Amino acid sequence: MNAKKWDKISTLTLYTIAGIIVMILATLLIYILVQGLPHVSWHFLTTPAKAFQSGGGISIQLFNSFYLLILSMLISVPLALGAGIWLSEYAPNNWLTSVIRTAIEILSSLPSIVVGLFGFLVFVVQCHLGFSILSGALALTIFNLPLLTRNIEDALRSVDAAQREAGLALGLSRWETVVHVVIPAALPGILTGIILCAGRVFGEAAALIFTAGQSAPPLDFTNWNPFKITSPLNPMRPAETLAVHIWKINAEGIMPDAEAVSAGSSAVLVLAVLIFNIIARWVGNHIYRKMTAK
Amino acid sequence: MEKPQTYINDLTDTDYEIALATEHLKVFYGGKEALHDVSLRFPRYQISALIGPSGSGKSTYLRSLNRMNDTVNGARVTGRIIYRDLNVNDNQVDVFELRKHIGMVFQRPNPFNKSIYDNITFALRRHGQHNKKYLDQVVETTLKQAALWDQVKDDLYQSALALSGGQQQRLCIARAIAMQPDILLMDEPTSALDPISTAQVEETMLALKEKYTIIVVTHNMQQASRVSDYTAFFNQGHAIEYDATKRIFTNPHMQATEAYVSGHFG
Repeated sequence: MNAKKWDKISTLTLYTIAGIIVMILATLLIYILVQGLPHVSWHFLTTPAKAFQSGGGISIQLFNSFYLLILSMLISVPLALGAGIWLSEYAPNNWLTSVIRTAIEILSSLPSIVVGLFGFLVFVVQCHLGFSILSGALALTIFNLPLLTRNIEDALRSVDAAQREAGLALGLSRWETVVHVVIPAALPGILTGIILCAGRVFGEAAALIFTAGQSAPPLDFTNWNPFKITSPLNPMRPAETLAVHIWKINAEGIMPDAEAVSAGSSAVLVLAVLIFNIIARWVGNHIYRKMTAK
Repeated sequence: MEKPQTYINDLTDTDYEIALATEHLKVFYGGKEALHDVSLRFPRYQISALIGPSGSGKSTYLRSLNRMNDTVNGARVTGRIIYRDLNVNDNQVDVFELRKHIGMVFQRPNPFNKSIYDNITFALRRHGQHNKKYLDQVVETTLKQAALWDQVKDDLYQSALALSGGQQQRLCIARAIAMQPDILLMDEPTSALDPISTAQVEETMLALKEKYTIIVVTHNMQQASRVSDYTAFFNQGHAIEYDATKRIFTNPHMQATEAYVSGHFG
């Protein structure tokens, strides 16, 4: 009888804690959306920002955010995949790998402002990349890599050892087994890791302030030659992202409608992350089903 | 520990062709000798059973035959494994090629998270076989040999994970024989299955004997006596006795064997 009562109490407690967390998150989300959505319009999304007058939009910042996200993912996903595969499938158990694992753990808890300053010193100053999308993408890679590697390693490790044995026993090489058996089985976990990191990157400001810069020079959306300075694709141009934009107008915005722009930008940021997650999940499930042929 | 008394029939008084043999095979885990000097010769197109209590080294022995112990960290195998007059326990040997000839079925069914069709054809395609007609043929033949065809022929593109445990295990057998191996190693293939599935897998084994040499580890002594032609009794890392199954179960040479098969220990 006692055990039953305690079971009920602990179940109730867990439900309450979960409920509180969900409520806090929901309140936050609803607050941001209610505050911001009224200011979001097609005009807001497609007009460049204005520094001194009201009526400015976020078109360039929005584009910059997505471009930076894609670029940094293009750099960090292959690296993290390689490192994750090595750590989970090939790395021997010795002092070197334990040093590497510890380093990854420490790096993943590095404050993003530190990553930003590191990026500033190394990429912007030392490598002469200047305030540019490339500097920003590299800084985000540093920010992203430890967590992504860890995620991918964990996803691969959670695949049953019997699956690897099955592949090897059929005369497949270790590499074939990893690529065609282990990775497909771990794909949902890997994708979840990538999605979570993408969300982090999309909302990251501190690491970008001193690397991708705080200015959004006008872009010519008809010019897609990546070597022209006004081209949206040029990776060497400075690029203020949405998150940096929000930070900046709250810190030093002098346009009359700064509050409205900030609220609207926040709503767009949150919605973008949400939509991005949903799409990525859908794509992930689709690929998984295709690979496992249900 | 001194070497216990053993009785190993080397099959020289029979006409059997030898499919696989080991000479002075030892397995070390991290410097500790887990398997002591095992020399056995397995007859072609016969089923040989490896029996013995838990920790007796029978699975360790089986897994060294297709060099699966290579994948275990800190494991070392010494001695000779003779397959087609070649010592395959040698770094020069391509283990991936070897494992195509010596297939394996594991204790727990481990189908890939793929369709039934892909489970069987996946490795073949990796090895360069893309002829659709041939692959279709292999799927049908192997599933028939594994006594699974009638149950799954309409669901070949369904996930293999939707099958029952017994069906999954027979799929794993079909997958192994799709490679057309010479020898099939089975590591307690029925220990995770219910009695009906067990009986079906045993029937499959008896049918497969026509074309394959089977070496099976089993905890189940009835199973050993039902399906096998030769039986090796392992204890504490030694092969104590190896002889015709009938002999082992009725009139073994060693007292330890007698005690084990009559249920007095283990």
